[in-house]
Amino acid sequence: MLKYIGLSLFKSLVLVGITLLHVAYTTYAERKIIGHMQQRLGPNRVGPRGLLQPIADVLKLITKEDIIPSCVDSPGVFKLAPFISLVAGATSLAVIPIWENFVVTNVNMALLVVLAMSSLSSFGVILAGWASNSRYSFLGGLRASAQVISYEIAMALALVGVIMLAGSMNLIEIVKAQIESPFKIYAIPQIIGFFVFMVAAIAETNRTPFDLPEAESELVAGYFVEYSGIRFALFYLAEYFGMIVMCMLAVVCFLGGWYGPFEIPGVPMFWFLVKLYFLIFFYIWVRATLPRYRYDQLMGLGWKVLIPLALLNIVITGLIKVLV
Amino acid sequence: MAQALEIVPKQIDSDQWDEPYYVNMGPQHPATHGVLRIFLELDGETIVRCDPRIGYLHRGVEKLSENLTYSQAMVLTDRLDYIASAANNVGYCLAVEELMGLEVPRRAQIIRVIVCEMARIASHLLWLATHALDIGAMTVFLYCFRDREWLLDIFEEICGARLTVSYPRIGGVRLDFNQHIIDELYRFTEEFPRRIPEYETLIDVNRIWLKRTKGVGVISGEEAVNLGLTGPSLRGSGVRYDLRRSRPYLIYDELDFEVAVEYEGDVYSRYRVRMKEMREANKIIRQCLDKLAECEGEPTVAENAPDLLIPFGKPKRPQPAPHPKKGFLVKSVEVPIVPEGEVYFAIEAPKGELGYYIVSDGSGHPWRVRIRAPSFVHISALPALSEGQMVADIIAVIGSVDIVLGECDR
Repeated sequence: MLKYIGLSLFKSLVLVGITLLHVAYTTYAERKIIGHMQQRLGPNRVGPRGLLQPIADVLKLITKEDIIPSCVDSPGVFKLAPFISLVAGATSLAVIPIWENFVVTNVNMALLVVLAMSSLSSFGVILAGWASNSRYSFLGGLRASAQVISYEIAMALALVGVIMLAGSMNLIEIVKAQIESPFKIYAIPQIIGFFVFMVAAIAETNRTPFDLPEAESELVAGYFVEYSGIRFALFYLAEYFGMIVMCMLAVVCFLGGWYGPFEIPGVPMFWFLVKLYFLIFFYIWVRATLPRYRYDQLMGLGWKVLIPLALLNIVITGLIKVLV
Repeated sequence: MAQALEIVPKQIDSDQWDEPYYVNMGPQHPATHGVLRIFLELDGETIVRCDPRIGYLHRGVEKLSENLTYSQAMVLTDRLDYIASAANNVGYCLAVEELMGLEVPRRAQIIRVIVCEMARIASHLLWLATHALDIGAMTVFLYCFRDREWLLDIFEEICGARLTVSYPRIGGVRLDFNQHIIDELYRFTEEFPRRIPEYETLIDVNRIWLKRTKGVGVISGEEAVNLGLTGPSLRGSGVRYDLRRSRPYLIYDELDFEVAVEYEGDVYSRYRVRMKEMREANKIIRQCLDKLAECEGEPTVAENAPDLLIPFGKPKRPQPAPHPKKGFLVKSVEVPIVPEGEVYFAIEAPKGELGYYIVSDGSGHPWRVRIRAPSFVHISALPALSEGQMVADIIAVIGSVDIVLGECDR
């Protein structure tokens, strides 16, 4: 028992450590990639090619004063909100298999856990918006709640197709079922589901073109407009955690997890990381390209396009499953 | 401290919350293009009432001009619409020249048209950049700045300043173009028409962009005229009114260009108008450069133009009696004279009709300078454009009418 707990703890620490490093360098990659897409250089002052920039950013944010405005609605909630977001985002990591033998807890309802955690993380956003007692934050929080509810449904429905094909909610089982399927990955038979999932995942993590809760041009910074210093950084951390978790989930459920066209000896999670980086690049690419949706258009897209598409996908999957 | 800011709920017992939700957008806000403050009354995300409040950038340009000579006051016009300062300078100089009855040499007129159109392109590029950024398309912003940088570099070579150029002077322009500037401008006019499609491919075919701009902030031609809109904002509503054509100044009547007009009256048509105008401005610069070659070596300042260093004087200045022994100590210089009278002169600035109303009492200083700034009028049209729309739309609308607060508050 003790050995089991120790092993889990060790695994979680390694995982969180690796993911934190990934988060830090995703911000670097984002700035660098978008920089080159926009004909500029991106960070290049701190360290060689700006490689130490994320570390400098973290140090700066940690040493900043942690300001709590005097008229926040409830200081406790105000302080707690970023942690809710972050913890919910990080908990999902525990059930996602990076490799067959590297998963902190292999639970049978892993998919549900991830979905539950991703909707929980939006509580942090809503509470932050409410507790800040600021007009902009409040609007941002309201937008976040509406957005998360509508896109949560689309995302869950998109994953139902995967569950039907794999016959399991265990993520390791899903990966193994994919390899036995004729196309090796579910992204091909579940192309509609994959599309809906990717769009919903972008909306779920509040990134462009669905970054309405923090719409810079209208709501200044939306729900975290009153935050500063480390709590501000925690929100950022939560956003990137959410992004990485969603990409991991897409890799596991649609792109065949850690399996690749050939084995790389010694690095079993090589293909997982390649696919993950590609999806993160895709996220960044979208951010550099697209303008932002308007609030009513976002809701229209969610309810009138994505949810019907996801339902259609379930029907098609069911029919194929019955016929084949 | 906390109590001073506490919000007191008025209808705590009622099931329905009838109290309107107010948002004070600005004066520090990333998307209000300066220090515009908009007081919004919201119903959910819909704007019930929009109340623009101005005055956060008031520097008293008009009043300050009254205590400066005519040449000195021109420097203040740089700070009106600081995005297109050359156009402001030209407008002011034209007004004063009309008052003085000064004939500007042809070469100077051509150069003034060139800098005006350069300012127009620079202004429209900055407009496109910030408008796209407001709607969320980040990449266009930096693409536009790349090309605007090129124009600013040319400006720097022309007169040494990048933003507040003060390049024209009463009676002409300060310096002549050298060959390198002309070559660089030729290169720019050659290259720029290829750059415009780059922006258009980034946003014009983007469905989200179309959704955000089409049918938003619609205003009919008649309403636009009633509100006093001018420039691209008016032409986006289908009114063919361009001072360069309808009341030509400088050498615009010799030039071949089209007045860009769109008929929908929404944010998208105003965007289309400005994109067309950039192409036309490029054409104008090209034609002017060809004309410039014809009058090579001609003067760029009128012979009787006022010297920049000698203060303006009264028409009949009593001559001091010569000293009995030494005679005159200083050689007397001719003092530039602005006769009594008043003048209104308007030009087609990038943002719309920019008019200068100058009253002279014959002394060295203007008695009154009144500036008809397009941004001021456009801000007053914001409620008509944005009420009943969503919060996100007001950002698109503010962007689409293209305001600069330096010009509005003066």
